[in-house]
Amino acid sequence: MISFFIKRLLLLIPVFLAVSLVIFMIVHLVPGDPIDNLVQINSSPEQKAALAAKYGLDKPLYQQYAIWLGNALTGDLGDAIILRRPVSDLIAQNLPHSLTLGALALLFSTVVGIAAGALAAIYKDSWIDRVTMALILLGSTVPGFWLGLLLIMLFAVQLGWFPVSGARSWDALVLPVLTIGLGGVALVARVTRVAMMETARKDFVMMLHAKGVPPWRIELRHVLRHALLPVVTILSLRIGWILGGAVTVEFVFARPGLGSLLITSLNQRDYPVVQGALLMLAVAVMLGTLLGDIVQAAMDPRVRERIE
Amino acid sequence: MTAFAPIRTAIRSPRGGVSAAVLVLVVACALFAPLVAPYAYDIQNLPGANTEPGAAHWMGTDEFGRDLMSRIIFGARTSLSVAVTAISISVAAGLTLGAMAGYFGGWFDRAVTAVVDLTWSFPEILIALILIAIIGPGLESTMVAISIAYLAQFTRLTRAQIMALKNETYVEATTNLGAGHFHIIFRHLLPNALTPVIVAGMLATGDAIILEATLGFFGLGAQPPTPSWGAMMSSGTAQIFIAPWIIIFPGLAIAITVISINLFGDALIEALDIRNRLRSV
Repeated sequence: MISFFIKRLLLLIPVFLAVSLVIFMIVHLVPGDPIDNLVQINSSPEQKAALAAKYGLDKPLYQQYAIWLGNALTGDLGDAIILRRPVSDLIAQNLPHSLTLGALALLFSTVVGIAAGALAAIYKDSWIDRVTMALILLGSTVPGFWLGLLLIMLFAVQLGWFPVSGARSWDALVLPVLTIGLGGVALVARVTRVAMMETARKDFVMMLHAKGVPPWRIELRHVLRHALLPVVTILSLRIGWILGGAVTVEFVFARPGLGSLLITSLNQRDYPVVQGALLMLAVAVMLGTLLGDIVQAAMDPRVRERIE
Repeated sequence: MTAFAPIRTAIRSPRGGVSAAVLVLVVACALFAPLVAPYAYDIQNLPGANTEPGAAHWMGTDEFGRDLMSRIIFGARTSLSVAVTAISISVAAGLTLGAMAGYFGGWFDRAVTAVVDLTWSFPEILIALILIAIIGPGLESTMVAISIAYLAQFTRLTRAQIMALKNETYVEATTNLGAGHFHIIFRHLLPNALTPVIVAGMLATGDAIILEATLGFFGLGAQPPTPSWGAMMSSGTAQIFIAPWIIIFPGLAIAITVISINLFGDALIEALDIRNRLRSV
């Protein structure tokens, strides 16, 4: 297990290098002089020269990348052009909000998704199954930001149960988590339902029925346990996708967070912040995927063998 | 069996028929927008701003007094053309890359697979945002961003199909008859690999409509006054307390279109009996 963990971690290094290279290149691919994309407005020529020296802008591109990456790894992501503060400060301020939201949304998707999928499989073709299937279709086809806006209209504007926006109190988390969660629940429920129905057809389940084990016990102790493997697989594949939902939802609810920071700075062309936020989001997706893989490997020795 | 037989079977199933009818309606709205829309999409009428839905304006008016229904009908043009163009480019590029990688193998295959695996774990929205950061906001950028965001999916799918087909006897026979690599790829392998990729492309068009709307909602897609379903909702957020219809109706248009695409795609998968080939990715 430990050698699996180390190998999986080492595999992340080339991925991180490739992604950070693309993010580094943003400033150089955007039309115009890179220095103008990095420097604060109204900077004096001396300040520009100092920044150019810091990033080694007269050196070849691969050396510039090494300098930039070295700075980034020590927490120096440059200064924001519009907000005039170190990018690392902005990230430190926004990251906790995104982590809370992402973690809660993931937890909600997993728990509610497995429960809904299991109920739909156990009560196949009943109204529970049909309602779940309809919710699955809605959850995988309705744009997340629209769902968020509808929830705001109903629960915040009309009923006044939750705040419209912001992150001042815990109840401001309810609607954002629900918004990201519905997509995640749809994904998890669909896989759980299919996996349980496939497992229920296996010989050992028939055997349990023949032995006279109570049906609820078969479903919960045996069928669901088997069905959890594909659920964990799909979760580890799509964890980044659920975290990506947070980007949209933060913006809709005007919550602080990496997603809001990224969208705002993209609109303002504040490139140091764009680079910093993208780098952090990419790392979050990579670590999330790693977490999913570890859980999967802990559950299924075949996965460990494949990579070891 | 002609190419149209599975489509006919799909349309005969209840969900396939209903969704096909809705899709025909949406496409017709997009194509004939100037004839169908009751008003022009850009005529402002400030005294009539934020009018509730009623006889004159079935879906109400927006914050500039523009007729919302007309803007949604013209918006179908933006959304559909961006999504269909982006996915067509993506499918064409994915077919070529996937076929070459799957057929030739070697370092080219390893390079393509490495890039595909790299982008696979990242959500499409993040890939699109990175690309928008480089090429700047706008409708063309949105198109490029979407087509690259979905490229990995089609490359992977095509590669899997080609790998499964390239060891068939008829390929060996054709090679022995002296056929060149490109003749085999384009005349023999790709036609057999095409169906699942096209169906996956159709399903991805639904996702692309949502991605386009999301980027538009962020203010990074279509720029005003071009009507786009996502951008319309973005300007509607300022009126959420007084004119919720500005948000409700464009979202409904997206939801209905995407649900229809998914239902029809599902009926088509059933009619073609290719669920397993799509799952083999």
